[in-house]
Amino acid sequence: MAMKGRTIRRHFRESFKSLGRNGWMTFASVSAVTVTLLLVGVFAVIMMNLNKVATDLENDVEIRVYIDLIADAEEAKMAEDQLVDEIHSLPEVAEVIYSSKEQELDKLIKDFGEELSLYEQNNPLHNVLYVKAVDPHETANVAKAIDKFDNTYEVKYGEGKVEKLFNFIKISRNVGLVLILGLLFTAMFLISNTIRITIVARRDEIEIMKLVGATNSFVRIPFVLEGMWLGILGSIIPMVAVSVAYYNIYQILLPRLKGQMLQILPNTPLLYQVNGLIITIGILIGVWGSFMSVRKFLKV
Amino acid sequence: MIQMNNVIKKYPNGVVATNGITIDIRQGEFVYVVGPSGAGKSTFIKLMYREEKATSGDVIVNGINLTTLKQSRIPKMRRQLGIVFQDFKLLPRLTVYENVAFAMEVIEEQPKKIRQRVLEVLELVGLKHKVRMLPSELSGGEQQRVAIARSIVNMPKVVIADEPTGNLDPETSWEIMNIFEEINARGTTIVMATHNREIVNTIRRRVIAIEGGMIARDEYGGDYGYEG
Repeated sequence: MAMKGRTIRRHFRESFKSLGRNGWMTFASVSAVTVTLLLVGVFAVIMMNLNKVATDLENDVEIRVYIDLIADAEEAKMAEDQLVDEIHSLPEVAEVIYSSKEQELDKLIKDFGEELSLYEQNNPLHNVLYVKAVDPHETANVAKAIDKFDNTYEVKYGEGKVEKLFNFIKISRNVGLVLILGLLFTAMFLISNTIRITIVARRDEIEIMKLVGATNSFVRIPFVLEGMWLGILGSIIPMVAVSVAYYNIYQILLPRLKGQMLQILPNTPLLYQVNGLIITIGILIGVWGSFMSVRKFLKV
Repeated sequence: MIQMNNVIKKYPNGVVATNGITIDIRQGEFVYVVGPSGAGKSTFIKLMYREEKATSGDVIVNGINLTTLKQSRIPKMRRQLGIVFQDFKLLPRLTVYENVAFAMEVIEEQPKKIRQRVLEVLELVGLKHKVRMLPSELSGGEQQRVAIARSIVNMPKVVIADEPTGNLDPETSWEIMNIFEEINARGTTIVMATHNREIVNTIRRRVIAIEGGMIARDEYGGDYGYEG
């Protein structure tokens, strides 16, 4: 049954009027939405940044492949090329970077001081390949596979430490997920309860509508639209607050984190994502809360 | 118009409100439903607009069998009825005009038609000069007249009234009865549950008396028949 244009306009008009008529209840519902969405927003920003740090840590994991020392320069070159090709042929490998023993020594001198430049005469180091896996969690397996190739002197990836790090990150992510779900559930409960109170106060209205022959959807749509407005109104303060706060925190932290391993997410696209999340959740719980609450009173 | 065939209504708590009622009300009739409190009058009335569903037996209104009617078809069915309640059941935040117009908005009538028809019925009940007032600014009798206007605005074939004068003083009750008579004179069937002996004994019409969930008496031009 198609709804007529003026009926749709009527539903919108009614939903707006109703916000005004139920002034205090509107205020109460919007406040409940505001508080919960503020929590959701702050939490989302924190979780997304923690996730970014975790991902950075994961991506930092690499395999060092020390190449066998081979006296003959030509032979050594051939052996290295072959090894690089073999490593590249592994599907889990994302990148292979070659570092000669001279480059390795330079790094050591930079880190530990000029005394080490003595070794420039007789460099005891190996040429090294730095290998990253497409999926950092595959690092151990990739390392094992590389170890089987010829001309590898030693393959290291921080065995033990890496597993611990991954385990820690996995637990943190799961804990974060549970917290977010818990928060969303609480938000839905809180908001649908507030909306239910406003609707219980108007059950007579619903009963009369039904008795003069209103269909369920005719009764329900204005309430559901009203729930949507409550959700939208309730998301305004959280969106503004989270955006302003994060913008300022980012400005303060940015110079201090320069050159550090630890980085936080830039304003864009993070704030668009979080604001989108806030308003979407606001609308969803507003609509869902109204829908569920009206349903109870439609059986007249 | 309204037929009931051996209708039994048993509530979940075990109370049997109607115990085999069979009745036939024809188009254009004016019927009083009388009987002591708790005898099943209200249930009998509620069965007609499907607020209650019969446990067994058929209730046929306007050719529709309410016992087998699907839940989703109830709104359409109610649009062919006018219902008037003892407590008026007006929407407190809507004006007199809006309360009456509401019954037409619900069936998605054209705005022009709504305007015309609402003013027409408000004139019929004598409230055309109070269209902008809220129910709380009206007397009980005036509120009931608004409710009656709402019940007939969609030109139903039947108006069902559950003790429409129950909350009103005698003088106002007579005014309300005049309106019902006027509506009936235009061909609308009226079924009215009432406790008002004076009205039943003065405006003589068909009287259906219900006692213990059964029809105790069904008499054209009958009297109220119960002691005060």
